[in-house]
Amino acid sequence: MKKTWPTLFILLIIAVLIGIGLFSGRFMIYLTIRVMLLGIFALGYNLLLGRTGLLSFGHGAFYAAGAYGLGFFSLHLSSHPLLGIVTGIAAAALLALIIGFFCVRHTEIYFAMLTLAFGMMVFSLIWNLRDFTGGDDGLVGIMREAVSFFGLIKIPIKTDKQFYFLILIFFLLSAWVVHRLQNSPFGLALAGIRENSNRSEFAGVSVKNYRLAVFVISGAFAGLAGALETLLESNARPFMAHWSHSAEPILVSLLGGLLSFTGPLVGSVFFIAMREIIQRFTENWMLWFGVVLLIVIMGFRGGVVGVLEGLLGRSRKELKE
Amino acid sequence: MLQSVAHVILAGLSTGMFIWLVASGLTLIFGVLGVLNFAHGSFYMLGAYFCFTVLKYLGANFWLGLLLGPICVCIIGFLVERFFLRYVYHLALPYQLLLTFAFVLIFDNLVKMVWGAGSLTPPDLRSLSGSLEIIGRKFPIYNLFIIGVGPLVALGLWLMIEKSWWGRIIRAASSDREMAAAIGVPVPALFTSVFLFGTWLGAIGGGLAVPYVGLLTSGMGETIIIEAFIVAVIGGLGSLKGAFVGALIIGILTAFGTRFFPAFDMFLTFILMAIVLLWKPQGLFGGTK
Repeated sequence: MKKTWPTLFILLIIAVLIGIGLFSGRFMIYLTIRVMLLGIFALGYNLLLGRTGLLSFGHGAFYAAGAYGLGFFSLHLSSHPLLGIVTGIAAAALLALIIGFFCVRHTEIYFAMLTLAFGMMVFSLIWNLRDFTGGDDGLVGIMREAVSFFGLIKIPIKTDKQFYFLILIFFLLSAWVVHRLQNSPFGLALAGIRENSNRSEFAGVSVKNYRLAVFVISGAFAGLAGALETLLESNARPFMAHWSHSAEPILVSLLGGLLSFTGPLVGSVFFIAMREIIQRFTENWMLWFGVVLLIVIMGFRGGVVGVLEGLLGRSRKELKE
Repeated sequence: MLQSVAHVILAGLSTGMFIWLVASGLTLIFGVLGVLNFAHGSFYMLGAYFCFTVLKYLGANFWLGLLLGPICVCIIGFLVERFFLRYVYHLALPYQLLLTFAFVLIFDNLVKMVWGAGSLTPPDLRSLSGSLEIIGRKFPIYNLFIIGVGPLVALGLWLMIEKSWWGRIIRAASSDREMAAAIGVPVPALFTSVFLFGTWLGAIGGGLAVPYVGLLTSGMGETIIIEAFIVAVIGGLGSLKGAFVGALIIGILTAFGTRFFPAFDMFLTFILMAIVLLWKPQGLFGGTK
């Protein structure tokens, strides 16, 4: 009985997502794609921030690595989308391994500043190596070819509607993998590191290696999101690597709730919806977003999920009494 | 060659002094309050915009603008500290950073609403625009003035922190908040005063930048706050001496970078920051705390 409700809820959400893909208009489909991309980025990121307690300001670099990895692959080698995505993820993971190797020996503010420095290094390279990366124009003209399996079956993803389902598959896969990771012994060890890294070390957990592993994993998810966005927009832009883009998953995770699995997902829905709604009424979207952020930090640090859990928890308590 | 090296160093010194003016307030606030203030760059920007406004509407006396502009910014700084920042001192780093980041978003947007989205050109300041010949080339007097102001601010800060009564209390409260409170130091009010003073330094930097940058944009705070972060980190978070040396290093390195490796000037500063952090995570002059 206890397990059926969450399962039903998940099935309901999947049904709604499929329904959006089948029946809604272009704009809604585009927005939902955006939510899912941000969701993948934030879910992976929150393994690092919420689960392990490390604040990175450099994940834009991995997002860009995914985007440019796919871009280079599709422009120069093969325009097969799946191979491109795999290349993007591999590029992001490799970059995260190199950067992470240097960063994970530090924590707190030093970790944040180091990741900021490395992330901006990547940004400045993309920005300045014009001949190679296209500089501020980025990589343009990346095609969305059909997904073919050994030439036997070809699934077109040209229209946004067709592409939506590819994103949906990757989104559900990502959510499943992150959920499994969080509840695995690995994920529990990460939470242990967050709560007390000394004690974890004494208990035999190799703190550095665990941190590096989760850094690479979260970088790989950023790369996946970056690669998918490149397919969506058919270009890769240098500002993907900028620190202000690295701040996005932090904002989203905080908005939804740092300490829960669903936090980054709820936060992504909230973030995109809020941006759309605020932009309907006013040009000053940053102002109002800043105000919402202030309210969340001053009063509702558990985020949307925290507020909902608080409400549910109270009603549960009342039921017990 | 020698000539151009000398001029690159001079240009680097004046850039470095601006970064120092911003980084000094940032460092002071971090050292005492323990908060890394993203919005500090916004105070620099607001300082520039308020100074510009005073210049434009109250006649073109630059020094009056430099006096009144930062005072307006301090009022805003007071509201930020008293009603928001004060309540997050005890929270984890992400919350503090994001709270100040929220203010960056708000101030950037407010500046666009009040002063327009385009960039502003400050009025021509004749009295400041002379130049002096140094080693065969002309160098603006105003830049020399800035190179002089930096060390003066550093000296003033040092005297205040090390020699004055207020400085002694600040040092006491920053090394042990509870103990200072127990012997009767009004810690919250003290923190507010330190925050205001740091804000004032940042705003002064912005005011001084008005004749120097020649163009005010609503993104000017974000550029300098990242540079100030780098400087504060290289010097050692919370160390004023470190921030001063760090600002000189970054200023000169940037000047050399733009002169000799224009494609990699940004890259150089970030790689320097990464190397220093990896080699000495506490920074060049940090580590006592």
